[in-house]
Amino acid sequence: MPIQCSSCAKKRAVLRRPKTGYSLCKSCFFWAFEEEIHQTIVSAQLFNRGETVGIGASGGKDSTVLAHVLKVLNERYDYGLKLLLLSVDEGITGYRDDSLETVKRNQQQYDLPLTIVSYEELYGWTMDAIVKQVGLKNNCTFCGVFRRQALDRGAMMLNVDKICTGHNADDVAETVLMNVLRGDIARLHRCTAISTTSDGEGAIPRCKPLKYAYEKEIVLYAYFKKLDYFSTECVYSPNAYRGHARTFLKDLEAVRPSAIMDIIHSGENLSVKEGVKMPVQGTCSRCGYISSQALCKSCVLLEGLNRGLPKLGIGKHHRLHDKILTQQALTQQEEKKLKAMDF
Amino acid sequence: MAAPIAIHLEFGGGAELLFDGVKEHHVTLPSQSEPWDVKQLLVWIRENLLKERPELFVQGDSVRPGILVLINDADWELMGELEYQLQDQDNIVFISTLHGG
Ligand SMILES: [Zn+2]
Ligand SMILES: [Zn+2]
Repeated sequence: MPIQCSSCAKKRAVLRRPKTGYSLCKSCFFWAFEEEIHQTIVSAQLFNRGETVGIGASGGKDSTVLAHVLKVLNERYDYGLKLLLLSVDEGITGYRDDSLETVKRNQQQYDLPLTIVSYEELYGWTMDAIVKQVGLKNNCTFCGVFRRQALDRGAMMLNVDKICTGHNADDVAETVLMNVLRGDIARLHRCTAISTTSDGEGAIPRCKPLKYAYEKEIVLYAYFKKLDYFSTECVYSPNAYRGHARTFLKDLEAVRPSAIMDIIHSGENLSVKEGVKMPVQGTCSRCGYISSQALCKSCVLLEGLNRGLPKLGIGKHHRLHDKILTQQALTQQEEKKLKAMDF
Repeated sequence: MAAPIAIHLEFGGGAELLFDGVKEHHVTLPSQSEPWDVKQLLVWIRENLLKERPELFVQGDSVRPGILVLINDADWELMGELEYQLQDQDNIVFISTLHGG
C-alpha cells in the first residue's frame, strides 16, 4: 500500500517530513528542500550579488549538502556569487585525512575551487601532536578554538566576503541546549543568530543557510541524490556532556519532531535582562583576532602548548595574561598548576 | 509456516561502524510460524550481525533515535515502521544521522 505524494498526487511518497508531516515523492522533496533554503537565504538577506562565499567543507553530510544546494540555487536564481570550498586539516591521522579525500572528490563533482588550511602551517601543531601533549580530556577545546580561527584565516587569504557553515536545525537546537546547560548567557544570546556581522578585525561574517533544515532531511537528501560524503567518529574521544545533550534531543525529537524548531524559537526569543554582565568584545593584542580578553583563546592555548603548560587555556587564568604578554616568568606554583594534565 | 526469506540490508552514515565497517549484507531469515516484521528483524540483527555497542543501534524495541530506516527506498514512517511485514527480496537501509557533519 504505497502512499501517494501529498504535493503532486502522482508519484509514490518516499518520506514524511518532520517539519510539516507531509509525505512527498523524491522530486517534490528535492524541490521543497531547496526552495526552503532559498527562502531562508532571501528573507535573511544572507548574500549580496558579486560576493565571494567560502563554504566550510568538512566532507561530512551537512557541508556536502550545503555545497551542493548552494551551487544549485546560485545557478537557478542567479545569485551572482563566487562559491569556493574551504577546508581545515586538523592533522588527525585516520580521520581528517580520509574526510579530506571526500572534499577533494567534491571539488571535482561540484566544480568548485578548494583550499585547505592546516593546523600545522597555522599553529605549528597538528591535533595528533597536541593530543600527545594534552591527553584526551581537553583536546576538543583546542580543536574547536583552532578550527574557528583557521576558517577565518583561510577565508582572509582568499579574500572571501562571507563564510557559510553546514550547521543544521538539530545542531542549533543542541547548541541552545548546551548553552543553557553551561549557563553561558553570552553564547545563548548569540547562538541562534543566522548570521554574524564582522564584529572585529580578523573575523569574517558567517552564516548558516541550513539553520532551519532538519538533520533527517539533510541525510535523506544526500541519500536520494547519492551525494558523496564521509561519516565516522573522530578518533579522539568526543565531548561526553554534549553527547548526552544530543541523545536527549534525539529522544525528544522521536516523540515530537517539532521539538527541534521549538527549542530554536525559544532561543531566538530569549532576551537577557538588564544588569547581566556580558563580555565586551575587543581584539587580541597579539594576533588581532576578536577577543573579550587581552589575549584570544587561541593565542593562550598556543602559548600553553609552546611553553609545555597545556592547562593555560583551560579554565580561567585571565590573571596570567598580562604576565604572558609582557613575557614575565611565572612563579613555580603557577607553573605547577598549569603543567599537570589528566590523561 | 512462513518460508525463509532473503533480504538485503544496508548500513550507512556511520552505522556500518557497528558492523565491522561492512555496509551491505545479504541475509536469509529462517522460516518461522508468523511472517517476519521489522521488530523481529531488529532482534535478529542484534543477535546475528551487530559486532559492538548494541545500545548505539537499538533502544528498547526500536532503533535508536537518530537512525533513519528506509524500506525499499521509502521512509519507514510511511510503511508501518516496526509492524511492516517483510517480503522476500526487500531492501532495508539503516542510516545514522549521528555522525559528524
Ligand atoms: Zn510529488
Ligand atoms: Zn590572538
